[in-house]
Amino acid sequence: MRIEGVFKRLRQNGRKAFIPYIMAGDPSLTATRRFITELEEAGADLIELGVPFTDPLADGPTIQRAHERALRKGITLKKVLGFVMNIRNKTTIPIILMTYYNPIFKYGVGEFVRDAKRAGVDGLIIPDLIPDEAGGLIASARRQGIDTIFLLAPTSTDERIKRVVKGSTGFIYYVSITGTTGSRLLMDRTMRETLAKIRSSTTKPVAVGFGVSNPEEAKEVSRIADGVIVGSAIVRLIAKGKGVKTFARNLRKAI
Amino acid sequence: MKNKRLPDRRGHFGIYGGRFVPETLMPALIELEQAYRKYRRSREFIAELKSLQRDYIGRPTPLYFARRLTEHIGGARLYLKREDLCHTGAHKINNAVAQALLAKKMGKTRLIAETGAGQHGVATATGAALVGLECEIYMGSEDMRRQALNVFRMKLLGAKVTEVPVGSRTLKDAINEALRDWTTNVRDTHYVLGTVFGPHPYPVMVRDFQSIIGRETKRQILAIEGRLPDCLVACVGGGSNSIGLFYAFLDDEVRMVGVEAGGLGIETGRHAARFAGGSIGVFQGCMSFLLQDDDGNVLGTHSVSAGLDYASVGPEHCYLRDIKRVEYTYATDEEALEAFELLSKTEGIIPALESAHAVAKAIKIASDMSKDSIIIINLSGRGDKDVQEVARIKGEDR
Repeated sequence: MRIEGVFKRLRQNGRKAFIPYIMAGDPSLTATRRFITELEEAGADLIELGVPFTDPLADGPTIQRAHERALRKGITLKKVLGFVMNIRNKTTIPIILMTYYNPIFKYGVGEFVRDAKRAGVDGLIIPDLIPDEAGGLIASARRQGIDTIFLLAPTSTDERIKRVVKGSTGFIYYVSITGTTGSRLLMDRTMRETLAKIRSSTTKPVAVGFGVSNPEEAKEVSRIADGVIVGSAIVRLIAKGKGVKTFARNLRKAI
Repeated sequence: MKNKRLPDRRGHFGIYGGRFVPETLMPALIELEQAYRKYRRSREFIAELKSLQRDYIGRPTPLYFARRLTEHIGGARLYLKREDLCHTGAHKINNAVAQALLAKKMGKTRLIAETGAGQHGVATATGAALVGLECEIYMGSEDMRRQALNVFRMKLLGAKVTEVPVGSRTLKDAINEALRDWTTNVRDTHYVLGTVFGPHPYPVMVRDFQSIIGRETKRQILAIEGRLPDCLVACVGGGSNSIGLFYAFLDDEVRMVGVEAGGLGIETGRHAARFAGGSIGVFQGCMSFLLQDDDGNVLGTHSVSAGLDYASVGPEHCYLRDIKRVEYTYATDEEALEAFELLSKTEGIIPALESAHAVAKAIKIASDMSKDSIIIINLSGRGDKDVQEVARIKGEDR
């Protein structure tokens, strides 16, 4: 699987993954296509592609607005799959969809995983789905060879870490703060300790997201994580109509 | 009745319920579940709650025979379970006080809650004042406009009211925002969810705290009429007042009817009748019936009553509908407004617009029943909060 391969390669070279997040269709699918090319050229290792939803309860204001903009453009899960299939003739960069669970449930879990695989999606991040409720999805994803990336948080107990590690493939997404996307990063003891706890229970890569907003923070996080996820800061640039290339380059250099 | 053993250990009522939340909240939900399990068996907690129910909430609430309404309809005998006479004016306080007490025992310092009609916000602010906790209430801007009086009440009670100006600016957006707050401040904050909805253990915990309504009603009707009622009718937003009334009767041969908000009519698409117009989905913490489009996005809802204006419904109701134990129907805005006026004029009781939906359906059912049959309506709240909005709708606000 491509995601595992990326982390393996990086690990061998002593490097960390740079994982930018953008919202599909914000401000248009044509623009998204261009952003993915730019991010790849800037050195992104994986792309996290948001799927808009009416009630994104894990997201802070910046990404909430991106959901609203993309929904106004008529972007749906189906269209995002079509989009990924479309760009697959141009790029092989691993793409991870970040979508809330209801659109997948409505699509039909089995059908969705099959169509996602066909489109060339590599992994799934579903912020309102915990492994305990994901039995069917995990089984389908394993069969099709799509990674299921679950989240851990500073509040996670040993019991939760065990469950999430077991359900996750590709990597584990560590949410750096208790809060929504785009909150302020806090590089505190809890984060170091929780990461250490996760490390002691698995060799799977751990990427850190929620709250990494500039190259300095990205650099610090990359010292203790296998990958750094940057979302809101990039989405904010896009909302302002600015390019993402320079910022992505600076992040890449820092990580 | 098999339902008594539900939900299962992970909060499932059949296929419904469960926990669909960000991982960050899982430890808090597990902590809450464990605390709830411990305290609901604790003699001290039960005694404390009982005394508050009696001396503070004003329980038991009366079961009142609505003589003039019954005569006016000319069918079944209509009783009203007077939850409108609870302290703060609605059944919401039953749950809010109990959760506030639980949060205090758990060592939390802050309560947050969502509110639609404002009743649950007022109840939570009241509970917070009662046990001495900080309180913040999230409310959609559209609801703040419709329920201005309750906004001021919450402020008087010392709560901070935070406007939610995004999405449909109603209850669902307030819940999103409350969940975001909880995710951020989960260590010291307890989220007082106001209905039998959301992630486990809320649907079961809120049901248990509200089921006192049905237990009292059963005792009262047996004392007054010497027999069980033929039918129970209650409105269903999230579904806490209805499950509160129904739960004690699930094993009995009693017909039960839940009334959703039909808004401007199902065919217009402007309603909140999840069973009539929705399908199974996952929303705000659980699997349930949901008003959604083909792509799984949540549809906007409409109801004249803010408390019923919600896109989903408690998971246990879905289960009770599947096993055909409870019937679900709806009343339109117009029918609810008519019932609002009818009850005011015939009985001198101004019902909440939410409860008026139950009244509207109950009088229809009653007119087809014999005069010796008995219907109990859960009058879940009083209508003072709605008077201004009804005046506006009738064009009598100037």
